[in-house]
Amino acid sequence: MKLTLQIWRQADKNAKGAFETYPLDGVSEHMSFLEMLDVLNEQLIGQGKEPVAFEHDCREGICGCCGFVINGSPHGPMPKTTVCQLHMRVFKDGDTLTLEPWRASAFPVLKDLVVDRSALDRIIQKGGYISVNTGNPQDANAVLVSKDCSDKSMDAAACIGCGACVAACPNASAMLFTSAKIAHLGLLPQGQPERHKRAQDMFEQHDAEGFGPCSQHGECEAACPKGIKMTNIAMANGDYLFSQLIWSPRTGPSADGG
Amino acid sequence: MDLSNKAPTDVDIRDSWETHKFRMKLVNPANRRKYNVIVVGSGLAGASAAATLGEHGYNVSCFAFQDSPRRAHSIAAQGGINAAKNYQNDGDSVWRLFYDTVKGGDFRAREANVYRLAQVSVNIIDQATAQGVPFAREYGGTLANRSFGGAQVSRTFYARGQTGQQLLLGAYSALERQVNAGKVKMYSRTEMLDLVVENGRAVGIVVRDLETGAVTTHAADAVVLATGGYGNVFYLSTNAKGCNVTATWRAHRRGALFANPCFTQIHPTCIPVAGSYQSKLTLMSESLRNDGRVWVPKKAEDCGKAPDQIAEADRDYYLERKYPSFGNLCPRDIASRAAKQVCDEGRGVGPKVEGVSRGVYLDFADAIRRLGQKTVEERYGNLFEMYERITGEDPYKVPMRMYPAVHYTMGGLWVDYNLQSSIPGCFVIGEANFSDHGANRLGASALMQGLADGYFVLPFTLPNYLAGVKAGSVNANSPAFKAAETEAKARIDKLMSIKGKRTVDSFHRELGLLMWEKCGMARTREGLTELLARIPVIREEFWSNVTVLGSPEGINQSLEKAGRVADFLEFAETMALDALEREESCGGHFREEHQTEDGEALRHDDEFCYAAAWEFTGVGKRPILHKEPLEFQHVHLATRNYK
Repeated sequence: MKLTLQIWRQADKNAKGAFETYPLDGVSEHMSFLEMLDVLNEQLIGQGKEPVAFEHDCREGICGCCGFVINGSPHGPMPKTTVCQLHMRVFKDGDTLTLEPWRASAFPVLKDLVVDRSALDRIIQKGGYISVNTGNPQDANAVLVSKDCSDKSMDAAACIGCGACVAACPNASAMLFTSAKIAHLGLLPQGQPERHKRAQDMFEQHDAEGFGPCSQHGECEAACPKGIKMTNIAMANGDYLFSQLIWSPRTGPSADGG
Repeated sequence: MDLSNKAPTDVDIRDSWETHKFRMKLVNPANRRKYNVIVVGSGLAGASAAATLGEHGYNVSCFAFQDSPRRAHSIAAQGGINAAKNYQNDGDSVWRLFYDTVKGGDFRAREANVYRLAQVSVNIIDQATAQGVPFAREYGGTLANRSFGGAQVSRTFYARGQTGQQLLLGAYSALERQVNAGKVKMYSRTEMLDLVVENGRAVGIVVRDLETGAVTTHAADAVVLATGGYGNVFYLSTNAKGCNVTATWRAHRRGALFANPCFTQIHPTCIPVAGSYQSKLTLMSESLRNDGRVWVPKKAEDCGKAPDQIAEADRDYYLERKYPSFGNLCPRDIASRAAKQVCDEGRGVGPKVEGVSRGVYLDFADAIRRLGQKTVEERYGNLFEMYERITGEDPYKVPMRMYPAVHYTMGGLWVDYNLQSSIPGCFVIGEANFSDHGANRLGASALMQGLADGYFVLPFTLPNYLAGVKAGSVNANSPAFKAAETEAKARIDKLMSIKGKRTVDSFHRELGLLMWEKCGMARTREGLTELLARIPVIREEFWSNVTVLGSPEGINQSLEKAGRVADFLEFAETMALDALEREESCGGHFREEHQTEDGEALRHDDEFCYAAAWEFTGVGKRPILHKEPLEFQHVHLATRNYK
């Protein structure tokens, strides 16, 4: 099939970007979307033009590297599908596709479709873990975990950190990402001791990075390639609220030291 | 060249790791902060090592070429992780996991390393659970297990079909905790270009910042390489697009021996190639073979029919037929070769690519009848979805089509029992080293090895080295650093200045196809000799006709790829030579000249019971072969039999 691609081109972080139009012929319906871009790039190089920069690695929908907006939808039109797993059979001959990077002030564009998502790592740094050193923890079966809790925890843990939720959100909020980690750990017995402090610290970093607040719009859940649910946001909000009671910045941890 | 492996020989193998740990030197907690350690790579091995060393108090710098340490390719492992917990009470033990791994590796691994791996496997599960890795559980709240290829016990722990992701996120969270604590400095989007060796000791690395293009050097008291395997030498593989041999190859050029490069693993269950534009192959977890049955039509003329039009009596469940006791769960190398064999006989299924159908069915109809669709969905739901997304076919209704693809590389830099390469101060962990899997890796053992090395082995062996060197004694302005930096910059300038006519990808594709044809699932002396003649020709053309557009400053993905492909073009020759010199078949290395009457691999233990460790002598020059003899005192050399 034949396509018209309108792709955001931007030389570097400080350059002014613009859309450029490229016609592309001979696209097979069995190609993945990124394979289609590979073909375009080989053609561009042949014409002496710089290829389009885009991030990708595993091409199996799990590493979270890839992602850009296709015709207004993060990762394109297929629900629960990363752009590397999107196949050209969902498009029609003659379609015009507009490709642009994630848009959020916390995700500066570095080049073409590549953005800087290091803000997500910094949110994890503030509490997205259970504080246990490598060593000799108790036997794994010493703490029983109900299958239900474990399954729900896994649902939240499936987040790949691609940033589509931020790109979809009218407020550019990263609450779906942040809450998925809070819920993953908060649903497990191992995650209880730090549960509320974790929510407080991660929320503070989320805001400091310039992500917007959640206004329950729901675009994030619709765009998420892994089906992460907004119920995680409700749970994280609950944890945060509780943290304000026991971990208020004014009082800090128990003033009696006990 | 000293190839002594340094494993204790005076104690029972069961006590060797404890004894060795006791004999090793320690670094006083107050002195640890004076030592700088570089960890290159942030997959399971790199992230777990960096986090643990940070916890111990060392100053760690960790480098990853992706935008975040969480992207490393360990994340794509689906099926699970082995551990000798014996939670199922089905006769598993450390000894049995050790035995299975040595045997599964076709007797080309070092016994002492494998025993240690089996021993620490149980700690990994405890550690990961404590970190909040949501492993699958039974209704009673205990951890669930499943069985995996090459084993007759259920010892595989899993988190749906995303075990690698969950374990990596566990290690990543531990790493980020140390970043927050100020003990690890993370350098994302930073690629290692060279190892700096001074007075015979690894003292630092040269890196390129992939965002700005700046080439700089970093000094440290020790360098740990956790940079994964070289499967992308085949271009099409299940590895992530960015996986490359550069870090290990550059260390090899600086003196680290490269061991058993011809040992590559072909995974039996991948989605078949659909067309010439294909950029990578997608693996479907081997766990599918637990409940799926592999078959092809008995008669070639049935191959064009829809699978449901082929009567039960006309189907050949060839793995169950040939290997009745292991059936669909026989080891990967055996399952892969059997698939190739039936396709070579013209009994492959699916669309023809270049005139041949290369695919076999993996059928869940029986499992759905036996267990119900709900249970099958619970076990494999995400894999089925992934399959449908890629092929457009629904595996609940139509059998999956599978074909083998390159997946893992058992070879890697030679290391001793301490995981130190032949360059003092340069340690190699995870897939990047050669040590534990011999000629074939069992399913669910890669995650085990990566984490064993990073959490439980390196953090003990590295201090033993550090205790012998003066902390912070490396001078980052010494001539060795300047020279390595200048060399790396000159190479970039050279790549930019060729301005030829062919793209980097076209060279990579050409090399990969050739490697797959001549050094893939079946190898011959004739094919390998031809391959050795052709690789230098491609390499020469690359260096005179490649085109890299844009600028060396800033993000330039073509330049990144060019450097990696240039290294593959050197590495491929050593790999082919290793395959040629190993005149036997073992594990993933199948030489057609060396097979039994019924087509099974034929080892020659009298001549080849050694690890082949190659020493670099120059590009295009024949490397020198060093042999580490392998002794099997506990698992006796025997022909593998999965019948």
